[in-house]
Parts: sequence; C-alpha cells; structure tokens
Amino acid sequence: MSRPVVLEVRGLLKRYGGVTAVDGVDFTLHENEVLGVIGPNGSGKTTLVNLITGFVKPDRGKVLYRGKRISGLPPYRVALKGVARTFQMAKPFYQLPAYKNLVVPLSSPRVHALAGGSYGDRDAVAKDLLEEVGFERDSWVINKAAASLPHGYLKRLELARCMALRADLMLLDELFSGLSLAEVASMVPVIDKLRSRGKTIIMVEHRLRELFRIADRVLVLNFGQKIAEGTPGQVMDLPAVREAYLGSEAEVGDA
Amino acid sequence: MSRRRERIDRGIKVRADDIYALTSWREMLYLAAPRVAPVLTLLVVGLAAGPYWQRVIMTTSMFALLAISWDVLAASGMVSLGQALFFGVGAYTSGMLNHYFGWSPLLTIPLAAVIGGAISTLLLLPVLRLRGLYFAMVTLIMPLIIERVIEATGIFGGTEGISGLASLPHRLVELLVAMVMVWVALFGLRRLMDSDYGLVLKGINDNDRSVMSAGINIYRRKAEALFIASSIAAFAGAFMTHAYMFVGMPVFAMDYSILPIASTVVGGVGTLAGPLLGAFILVPLSELLRGLGGLRIVIYATLLVVFIVGLPEGIFPYLKRKYTQFERWVEVEK
Ligand SMILES: Nc1ncnc2c1ncn2[C@@H]1O[C@H](COP(=O)(O)OP(=O)(O)OP(=O)(O)O)[C@@H](O)[C@H]1O
Ligand SMILES: [Mg+2]
Repeated sequence: MSRPVVLEVRGLLKRYGGVTAVDGVDFTLHENEVLGVIGPNGSGKTTLVNLITGFVKPDRGKVLYRGKRISGLPPYRVALKGVARTFQMAKPFYQLPAYKNLVVPLSSPRVHALAGGSYGDRDAVAKDLLEEVGFERDSWVINKAAASLPHGYLKRLELARCMALRADLMLLDELFSGLSLAEVASMVPVIDKLRSRGKTIIMVEHRLRELFRIADRVLVLNFGQKIAEGTPGQVMDLPAVREAYLGSEAEVGDA
Repeated sequence: MSRRRERIDRGIKVRADDIYALTSWREMLYLAAPRVAPVLTLLVVGLAAGPYWQRVIMTTSMFALLAISWDVLAASGMVSLGQALFFGVGAYTSGMLNHYFGWSPLLTIPLAAVIGGAISTLLLLPVLRLRGLYFAMVTLIMPLIIERVIEATGIFGGTEGISGLASLPHRLVELLVAMVMVWVALFGLRRLMDSDYGLVLKGINDNDRSVMSAGINIYRRKAEALFIASSIAAFAGAFMTHAYMFVGMPVFAMDYSILPIASTVVGGVGTLAGPLLGAFILVPLSELLRGLGGLRIVIYATLLVVFIVGLPEGIFPYLKRKYTQFERWVEVEK
C-alpha cells in the first residue's frame, strides 16, 4: 500500500492479574483504511481500544500515531492529536440537552486550533453534526435531556462526539450493538461518508454482516492474541476463525 | 371577546429560547422580578435592621458564599466536606497580611481571596484525581490537620490566635460589601456555569472519560474550578476575620463545612441560588432559636429534616416551578 501509515501497534501487551487481556498484538493501519476488529466476548477488543487511546497504559509494546509514540500519553493528549473514540457503553452527559453534549468536544483546544483560533458558533455546529448522524433537525429530540434519549440516539451521539473533535483516526467500539437492523442501515452511510472524507477508522464489531461490507481489512482477536488478519473474505474462510469466534457456519455463510 | 387563563410565561418561553424578545413591560417585569426583588428586599431589611440583625445578615451572607462555592464544586464533580479549609486559609491569610504588614482590610480581603484560593488549590492538587468520596475525605481531613499543626507548632498565634486586627471602616460598609459580594458571586457564577465553560465542568461531573476523549485536560479544568470556588470561600473567611477583628483555630471548625452543605440541600443542589436561599433560611433560623437553649439543636435538626423530606428537590426549584405556573387572564378573540 502506498498510502501513509497512520497507526502502528507493536507488541502491545496488557495484563489484569492473571488475565492477559491483550497479548502481544501487532498491526499497521494506513490512511483512509477501515479496519474491523472482531473476537469473542472478553477477547481484548475494548482493552485494545483503551490502550491505543491512552485510557489504559500497556505493560509492554508501543503505539505510534503518524510515526510518533502515543502510548504513555494521557487520553486527552492522544485525543488532541486527532485520535477519537466511542465507548462501548454509550454514556452521554445526562444533564445536558442532546446538542449541548457536542459543545463539550467543540470546546476542545483541538477544534479551536483547527478552526483558526476560534470556537465559532458551537450550538450551530452541534446541531449540524447531529443532523449528519441522523437526528431530525429542528425536532424536539435535539433539545431533549440526553438522559432520556433512546439507545439508538445515544449511539449516534457517540459517533457525533468523534466527528465534533474533527478526528483523523476514529475508534468505534461496538457502535452498532443494540441497534435494530434499520438503525444500523441508517448508520452505515454515515461511516461511508467519513471514509470518503479521508478518515481512518477502526471498528470493533459483533455485527459481522454489516462490518464485512464496510471494512477493508479485519483483525481477529482471541484470548488477547491476534489469530488472523486479512480481507473480510479471507478471514471469513479461515477455519481457526470459525472455530474461535463464529461457531456456527450459518451465521456468516451469507454475510 | 372572551377571556381565558394563560400562563404568564407562555409567550416568553416560546420566544426566549435563545434571545429575550420581550414585547411588553409586563413580560420584562416577569423576568426581572425574581432577580431584583431579593436584592432590594435584602437591602431594605439590612438597612432597617438593628446592629444585631445586621450582623446576622452579614454572617449569613458569608455562609451563603460558602454554600455557593460548595455548589460550584459539586457541579464540577468535586464533593467537598471541607469548606472550612478554604474559609480558614482565607481567614489566616488576611489576618497575617493585616497583622504583619499593617495593610488595610480593603486590600487584604481581596488579596486573601486570591492567595487563599491559590493555596487551597495547591493543597488539593495532588488529590484532584481522586473521585467522589475519596476526594471528599481528603477535604474533610485537611482543615483538621492544619488546626493540629497550628496547635502543635504555635505558628500564626497558636491556640490563642491573633486579635486586634483592623476592621472595615464602618458597619454599613461592612454590610454593603457582604451583600454586594453575595450577588456578584451568585449572578457571576450562574453565568459562568451556564456558559460553554461551565458546560464542560458539568460534563466532567457527568462523564469524565467522555470529556478526556474530547481532548480536554480535566485535571486542569477541575483545578480552575477549584480555584474559583475556593477563592469565593476564602473571601468569606477573610471578611469574617476583619468583622471579628480576630483570627484563630475556630476558623477551621466543622460548622463552616457542614452548614454550607445543609444550605445547599435545603435550597436545591446545582442551582446556586438555592444554596444562597438555604443559607438565608438556616442561619437566621439558628439565631431565632438561640433562646431555646438545649432544645435548639433538636428543633433545628427537626426542621432540617422536614425541609429535606418535604421538598427533596430543594426550595429554590420548587419556587421556580411555581413561579412559572402563575396564570393571568387574557383576552381571546372569538
Ligand atoms: N479493568 C479491568 N480489570 C480487570 N480485568 C479486565 C479489565 N478490563 C478488561 N478486563 C479483562 O480483560 C479481558 C478482555 O476484556 P475486554 O473488555 O477488552 O474484552 P472485549 O473483547 O471488549 O469483550 P466484549 O466483546 O464483551 O466487549 C476480559 O477477560 C476482561 O475480564
Ligand atoms: Mg468490549
């Protein structure tokens, strides 16, 4: 691939007591690539996201973002470089109305710098972003306290937070989990749009059908180890993958 | 033409989402009254009262500052059980500046607010990472430690304290300064907490990981909020020092930590105006009950429980809700 390398993960290892949550994982991510990360429950996917974004410090190994080491930096410093994430458990700022939730990332020094030293009209930008991820504009929903938003909207809000930060690399931890088929179908074009804008994306997903359509490459974790990596087609056909993760063949047979 | 009842704020609510586009004096009055009336009432009562109650109002104002400060901290994700720390540090700072350098209280009080805020913030900086109860415990213990250090080493006048400090020029000046400070703190901090800056602070309280992942250094923001809140409380300490012309170990007493919390709970957490209202109920109430001797605490505590059980949301949110439900007769065309 001739595209520049965005992310390099080298020998990343994290132990929790006796459990090795992430066990010597290596991979490289190029600009504008969409990498899927799959694996059974507890295989270390979220820990991997935490390690890359600085929420967890690795016991061994390192992470380079555009050639510079980011492992060891606090989460906010990683985010300032343009690495944003969503959380598997979508937790909004409960007290704030939905659109005000985005005013927080829009108050980031990164946004300030990228916009040439001004924050602009944060409320207006927030409402635009919400529309982009599928909130109906001018509806009451955007003014509703985030505590009362339905799950599907919380997930959209999570994605909008990443977009508000104008991140270049986005790590989406099970963004589709708990969504209906229709909701996922309405989110997929948003991801496609981000890709067409040149974003690099890591998607942790259990929803293989949708993931395999979006991802350029898929990485499979099992017990913290990378057991396979390749295009969706290649990964799907590996016996080790079927055994470790997919279980029944029927599930991906028609993915 | 016929008439029907309509909520006064109906027209205002719809238009006032972003901009106040008021169409009548009546609407203007409706919005201004809840802000102007308390300010004027306190002023009139304060000027009309005798010296004893003037002193009560002054003391109450300082407790109100402590309570507002507590509320700002809580809204930013820091539960303080040690407002006495900020109060005491402000008190000693102002007392020392006056005692050793002979500076006027008009200078030492504002200086002590800033320096006291800075010292308090530095003292708590190492534990800013602790959340919830852990942070609270440290704030609870700190004033006790400082008290013991002063006792053991005899610094700053030791157990005797320092008396004979200068007071403000005049009783009325004292009273007016106290009142002005209360309103400035209330309206200023309310504006701050409603701004995008305050929004981020509330975000830290709600979900700090999400704020971190937005590239915002939450420890720095918390330190800033801590500095603002502790400066307000340090001001109260400095002010009281000169009102009593004395500073000593009692400034680190639990009262200064507990009463602000009680005021906030009674008035309404997270509203800023609530803590002020709470202080202006609880402190004078305590004075009124003074004649009752031993029963005072029992009655006081019972009333506190009645407030909390009867209006768990707090008095201020309750009043606010009732106020917006006022109705008036309007002419409607058939
Ligand atoms: N903070 C923690 N303390 C102790 N153990 C942890 C911690 N976080 C993760 N683990 C353990 O590390 C392993 C990997 O967890 P992780 O959350 O990364 O898995 P996952 O692949 O994201 O799972 P899921 O599909 O359920 O989200 C699990 O065994 C988990 O119990
Ligand atoms: Mg996970």
